[in-house]
Order: sequence, then structure tokens, then C-alpha cells
Amino acid sequence: MNQLIVSPAPHVHNSDSVAKNMYSVVIALVPAYLAALYFFGLGALLVSLTAVVSCVLFEYLIQRFLLKTKPSVWDGSAILTGLLLAFNLPSNLPIWMVILGALVAIGIGKMSFGGLGNNIFNPALVGRVFLLISFPTQMTTWPRPLGNWGLASYIDAETAATPLAMMKGGLAEMPSHIDLLLGNTGGSMGEICAAALLLGGIFLLCRKVITWHIPVSILLTVALFTAILHFANPTVYASPLTHLLTGGLMLGAIFMATDYVTSPMTFWGQIIYGVGIGILTVVIRTWGAYPEGMSFAILIMNAVTPLLNTYIKPKRFGEKRKKEN
Amino acid sequence: MKTFKIGGVHPQANKLSAGQRIQQVALPTQAVILLDQHLGAPATPIVAIGDSVKVGQLIAAPTGFMSANVHSSVSGTVTKIDTVTDAWGRHSPAITIDVEADHWLESIDRTPEINRICRLSKEEIIKKIQNAGIVGLGGACFPTHIKLMPPPGKIAEVLIVNAVECEPYLTCDHQLMMEHGEEIFIGISILMKALAVQKTLIGIENNKKDVIDYFQRLANRHFGIEVVPLKMCYPQGGEKQLIDALIGRQVPSGALPIEVGAVVQNVATTFAVYEAVQKNKPLIERVMTVTGKEVKNPGNFLIRFGTPLMAAVEMAGGIPENTGKIIGGGPMMGRAYMNTDVPASKRTSGLLFMPEQDSLREEPQNCIRCGKCISACPMGLEPYLLTNLSERGLYNDLEKNGIMDCIECGCCLFSCPSHRPLLDYVRQGKATVGGIIRARNAKK
Ligand code: SF4
Ligand code: SF4
Repeated sequence: MNQLIVSPAPHVHNSDSVAKNMYSVVIALVPAYLAALYFFGLGALLVSLTAVVSCVLFEYLIQRFLLKTKPSVWDGSAILTGLLLAFNLPSNLPIWMVILGALVAIGIGKMSFGGLGNNIFNPALVGRVFLLISFPTQMTTWPRPLGNWGLASYIDAETAATPLAMMKGGLAEMPSHIDLLLGNTGGSMGEICAAALLLGGIFLLCRKVITWHIPVSILLTVALFTAILHFANPTVYASPLTHLLTGGLMLGAIFMATDYVTSPMTFWGQIIYGVGIGILTVVIRTWGAYPEGMSFAILIMNAVTPLLNTYIKPKRFGEKRKKEN
Repeated sequence: MKTFKIGGVHPQANKLSAGQRIQQVALPTQAVILLDQHLGAPATPIVAIGDSVKVGQLIAAPTGFMSANVHSSVSGTVTKIDTVTDAWGRHSPAITIDVEADHWLESIDRTPEINRICRLSKEEIIKKIQNAGIVGLGGACFPTHIKLMPPPGKIAEVLIVNAVECEPYLTCDHQLMMEHGEEIFIGISILMKALAVQKTLIGIENNKKDVIDYFQRLANRHFGIEVVPLKMCYPQGGEKQLIDALIGRQVPSGALPIEVGAVVQNVATTFAVYEAVQKNKPLIERVMTVTGKEVKNPGNFLIRFGTPLMAAVEMAGGIPENTGKIIGGGPMMGRAYMNTDVPASKRTSGLLFMPEQDSLREEPQNCIRCGKCISACPMGLEPYLLTNLSERGLYNDLEKNGIMDCIECGCCLFSCPSHRPLLDYVRQGKATVGGIIRARNAKK
């Protein structure tokens, strides 16, 4: 026996770690990733690989040479940012744009705030919105889903409108709910297959990586809000189910809005955050200039998060009783 | 199944020594009896060097209100009255006795018969408990007689017996209950009389099915005592959590359990009460667990206070080769020993040997604001925030954010994926804020 180790209690840990959480999310993204490869083929592969490799590389370079701190790329957060960024891009986006997006996501979205844990905005969304504003045409032209693991799909792909864009132009040619659920529709590479995203979400809930509060409050708010609109005028406003299954809603609600660092920590904080995202998304989708509002809604609520963390406190033990007296 | 309402975690139970019969540790050749085996001021010696003492003889008297009697647990000659270094490197006053034979005071009933009838009055019972030097054996070592005298204006409605033993590894209470259930029930009846309450709830965590069955059978024969199985969740045995789980009342911040009409006693304490009141036996020994993944024969040991702890460890197979850390108590709240050359005392509920590979903490990373520490905290606090404020020395804000409510259960640190040293900072902040509050109250 050597020198005794003396440290304060507790002396055990549940062996959770940052890396475990990050890689769990990566695993949860696999079904949606497979769907993306199936529908968009080579394009999806190229875009995602580029995004992940550049995110990891940029994080490493910035930590190593700019900040001179110990690189922490293996905690999985950069891989996750890369993957989420790719999921939010059209699968035929030029490679250099993907690299630029990754640079903005990691450099500005994450590292400029001081790295993991200190950033206010979801880095992947910072990258995506930067690209959307800089290259609106390329960012809103989606290839038609081929559904044959197609190798030729990157270059000359036919383009397709997204269901949300169709919504804006009237509700005539909407794809069926089944197509929306399975992902047979135009859109960013990772957002199309609602069923795969839901599967990932269930995995994350079971692994206790995320809690139900944020996704459920977002989805319920969107469902309720759009139900009211639909009920008021079904020819102009799409049904709640269509809204739930289209665009980045599932991807956003399950994977983007639940990012630990940029979402609130307490029960009511998370509910308010989720409801806020839900309302903003529907407002932007219905009346805004862009067909999709999820990214903006999440970024806006990211900005509110520090406030929610400061003012929305958990219920303290014995608190209720004090008020009763 | 009943449980507390906020937070909590599920550490691995690792009850390696469960079901091991209590073994008696042999008498030492020299006993070192600590005088600060309780919460409050150390007791004052009333014997001198050269005096010969018997087992059960009073050797140190309380110093002030918050203190307790200390008795000799051996017979022999007092050879030293000085200070010794305790397990944490502090100096602690102690009486050293060279052991000769095993002569007990005649007044102590050493027969194994169970003595069921108690005709003493409330006051007589409390006096006897006080004289026997009984303190809470759950860990805090709060003098028991003080708990039995509620302050004026407060009325005890229910006695709560803490038989939860939610700390991983420890099994001493479990085994005591299996072997001395009848005595424990008599002890409880005596305490009910002392408190003038009609109702007792015994909270037991649901992993101890054998005790629950046994106690439920015993409860049928005793009026007013009910056994309540509780969900396995740490810290089910925290005083405030247990009251919440059993009677659904939350003790307000800064208040004592009596505020909601409850008095909580540890189950081992109820056994000590039985022995003191029915057998005239002061508190001179207790059951402790010696355990650990690499320990050869983890077990439960009855040890006289003053016996070197290593005597029990030898019986369990000695200190394992690759021990990295030795913990007094359980892994969630126990304290790491700096020094193992120490005697058993009222505080020693267990000794846990952690292998080297499990002894070091992981390196902390940035807080990723996952909120897991908040969901884990059974007091509804925000450990990440308390840590942050404590680091920055913002004591006013710490007080506002409830740092004094922290029960130091360790749930926050246990669940932090970034391995932040949350409780370390919270403890520091709590100590400072506590000092500030005391100073403020003193000025008034
Ligand atoms: S140690 Fe204190 S702050 Fe941490 S979980 Fe327990 S009560 Fe909460
Ligand atoms: S559990 Fe750890 S990482 Fe998560 S919020 Fe608390 S301190 Fe931060």
C-alpha cells in the first residue's frame, strides 16, 4: 500500500462524462444519417465528412495554436457540431462553403466564447445561419431525393422544392404524410426523415442524455398553434401534422434545441424555452420571409437562455410549505 | 412506494457484507477512548492517571449543554490523559487505559434475556439515556437526550426511525436489525414513551426485504409502530428527505424536524436505548462494517470503543494490497482517513477500502450547463451556481441561493459529467457563509 489518497466526499461517481453524452448523441443521429445517405447518396456523404473533419480540425488548430490550451477534440463535441451542421445543409452544397460554415461554427460560434460550455449560441446553427445569409440561393436549393444510395447525386442533381416552400405557395402539391415521415421529400440532408429522428430521440431519452421537457414543449406548442391556424382557415394554413413532420422541426426539437450548453437548466426554464421556440418557429414559418424558422427560433431562444437560467429557479426543498404558512 | 420528492441519485449499492453475522472484536491490550465522540464540546475527564476503572464506568462528563457522557469500555488502569491524532490529523483529547481482564460494573445486566417491561416515567427514561452517553449512531452523533426534549411550544407527533441505510457498502444497521429486532422494537417503545407519541414509522429501503418482512411481523405485536418500505434512492436516509418520504412534510429551511412534529432516531440508536434503559448498559460498543471490493472477508463487527480499528480490519482479512483510499463511513458522505492508527468510537459506522484505480477523481472539465447537478440535488439547489459563486467569493449571493440548505449529500458531484468539484466548493462557501451568519447573530 502506498501513500493514502485523501479527498473529500463523495468518493464514487456515476461515471457519466462529457464524451459519453456527446457520443450518445452521435449514435442517436445514425438512423437519420442512414436515411440521408439513402435519399441523397454521395452528396450527403461528402458534405457530412467535410463538415465533421473541418470542425475537428479547426477546433484542434485553434486550441493548439491560437489559444494554446490542451486540445480537447476527443470529447466528441466538435464531431457532433460538424454532424449537426451537415444535417442542416443541402446535400449538394459546394464543399468550400461547407468548410467555411464549419470555420464559422467552431471559430465564431464556439471558440470565440471560450470553448465548450461557454458559448451562448448553438455553434452548428451559427454556421448554418451564416451560410444561409451569405449564400441564400445555394442554401435553399435542395436536390430531389433519389432513394437509391445514388452515387451520381452530388453534381447534376435535379432540384426539388421543400414542403415548407410549397406551403408558402399554397397547399396544393404537398407530399403525403407518409413521405414526410420517411423522408421522401426535399430538404436539408438530415432533417427529412422524421421517423429516424424520432427513433434517435427515444434513444436519447432512454439513455437519459436529454429530458422530455424541451422537445415535448416545442412539439406541443407547434401542434397547438398550427392547429388553431388550421382550424381558422384550412385552405391557407397547413395541418399540425404536416407542420410537425416537415422542415427542421424534429431535428431542431430533438437535437439542436436540447444542446446542453445553450439551453436552460431548470424545469420551468426548459418549458418556457421550448414554448418560445415553438411559437417563434410557427410565426416565422407562417408570416416570415423565410420558409423555415427553426434555426432562427432556436438562436433567439439561445440568447434568452442566460436570462432564464438566472431568473427561473428550481423549487427548493421546503419552499412550498413556507408560502402556505 | 414512498420516497422523497426532489432530486436523488442511484449509486451502486455494493452491500458486500450483507448477511454476515456480527462478530465480536477481541479486547485490545490498550484502549484509547476519545472524548469528542459526539457533536458539541468534548467531555471533561473525571478520572486521574493511575485510577482503575471498570467496564461501563463513567470516565468523562459533559462539558456544557451540547455534550455527552463518555464511559470506559474496558477494565484496567488509566495510563494517559492527553491528546491523540485522529483519523483526519486533528488533535483530539483522549483517555488511555491499559486493559486488565474484563470486569464490568455490577449494575449492568449482562444476561441475554430480553427485558420487555419498562415502568419508568418519561423523565426517568430521558435521564437514563443521558447518563448512558447515547448519541445518534447514524453519523452526526447528536446527543440523543437533547432530541428527546423538544423546545417549549413544540410538540412531537411522530417518531421516525431511520433504518434506511442508503449509503452504499454499509450493512451494520441491516445486520443489527436482523439479529436484534426484538430489542430494537422495545427501544422504540421506550422512545415513544419518552416523547409521549402514539405513532412510530420505521423507514427501510426496499433492498432489505428480509428486514422488512421480519419487522412487519414484529410490528403486528407492537402498538403504533409501522414499517414503511421506501424506494431505493440516495439520500433516502437524509433526515429531511426521510421525513418528507414518510409523512409528506418538508422541514423548512434552517428549521429542525420538530418544526413539523417529527423526531428522527437512527435504528442503531434505538438498540442503544434498549440496552441503556433495560440493561443499564452505557454506550461502550457498536457494530461497524469493514468492506471494500478487494477486502477478503467483508463483515460486520461489534467493537468496543477505544479498540484500534485495525483489529476489526484484521478479522476482515487485513488491508488489501492495492488500497488507494480508506474511508470512514460510506462512499457518498464518508471521510477519507489520513491515518489508520486510530481507535473505534461512536462515530465509526464503517471502514471502506477503495482500490487504487477507484480512488482518484477524474480531471474536471468546463461546466457544460447540462443541469444534471440541479436535477440530482435533493434540496432543490443549483450546485453549479453555488460552486461558481463560491469560487468568486460572493457570499451574499451564496446565502440568497440557499447554500445553508445543502446537506452535503454529494449527489451533485456524483452526477456531474464534467467531474466538477462541486461539493468541495459548496462546502467551502457554506463554511464561510455559516461563519458570517453566526457573527451577524452574535452582534444582535
Ligand atoms: S451536496 Fe448540497 S448542493 Fe450537492 S446535491 Fe447535496 S444538497 Fe445539493
Ligand atoms: S452537472 Fe456539472 S456540467 Fe452539468 S451543469 Fe452541473 S456543474 Fe455543470
